Amino acid sequence: MFSPSHFTAVLLFALCASVVFGITQRETPRRMMRYGLYCFALFVGSVVVLSWVMYLIAR
Amino acid sequence: MAASENKTVPAEQGFVYWPLIAGWLVPGAGHFLLRKWGRGALLALAIVGMFVLGIAMQGELYTSASDILHVLGLAGDLGNGLLYFVSRFAGIGANAVQVTTADYGTRFIVVAGLLNVIAAVDAHNLKTGRKPL
Repeated sequence: MFSPSHFTAVLLFALCASVVFGITQRETPRRMMRYGLYCFALFVGSVVVLSWVMYLIAR
Repeated sequence: MAASENKTVPAEQGFVYWPLIAGWLVPGAGHFLLRKWGRGALLALAIVGMFVLGIAMQGELYTSASDILHVLGLAGDLGNGLLYFVSRFAGIGANAVQVTTADYGTRFIVVAGLLNVIAAVDAHNLKTGRKPL
C-alpha cells in the first residue's frame, strides 16, 4: 500500500493534472510547457497559502 | 484572422469520433491515432499514473449510484474507460475507504477519469480541426 504524506499527494496530483492541462489547453509545445508549469505552480502555491490560512485560523 | 481560420479547417472527413472513443477507452490512444506520439505518451503516463496511484492508495472504485455523491463519483470513474472496467472485473480497488490515504486515492481515481475525458475531447478537437494539429 502506498501511503504518501499530504504534501507528497499534492505534488503528485499537481504534476499529473498539470501535464494534462498543459497539453490539452495550449497549442504549441512551448506554450504547453509554460502553461503546465503555471498550473503546477498555482496548484502547489494555493495549497501552501491555504495551509497557512487554516493554520492561522486554527490558532 | 484568415490564417487562423485556415488552420482550423478539418483535414479529413469521415467518422471523426474514433479518437474520442479510443481516447476514452485507453488514455492517450486518441492522440496516438492522430500520430501525436509524444503528447499521447505524456497523457497516458499522467492519467494511468494517477489511476494506479489511486489504486495503490487503496482508493475506492465507485460501483453504485445510491446517492448523488456516488453518482458523481461513478461518472468520474467511468471516464477512465477500460481501466475502470478491467479494475472492476479484476476486483481491484477498495470497497470502502478505511484509511486517510484511501480518501486521497479515491479522488485520484475520479480525477484521472475526468482528465481522461478532457484528453479524449482534445483528441477529437484535433481530428475535427477545431484545434490545430
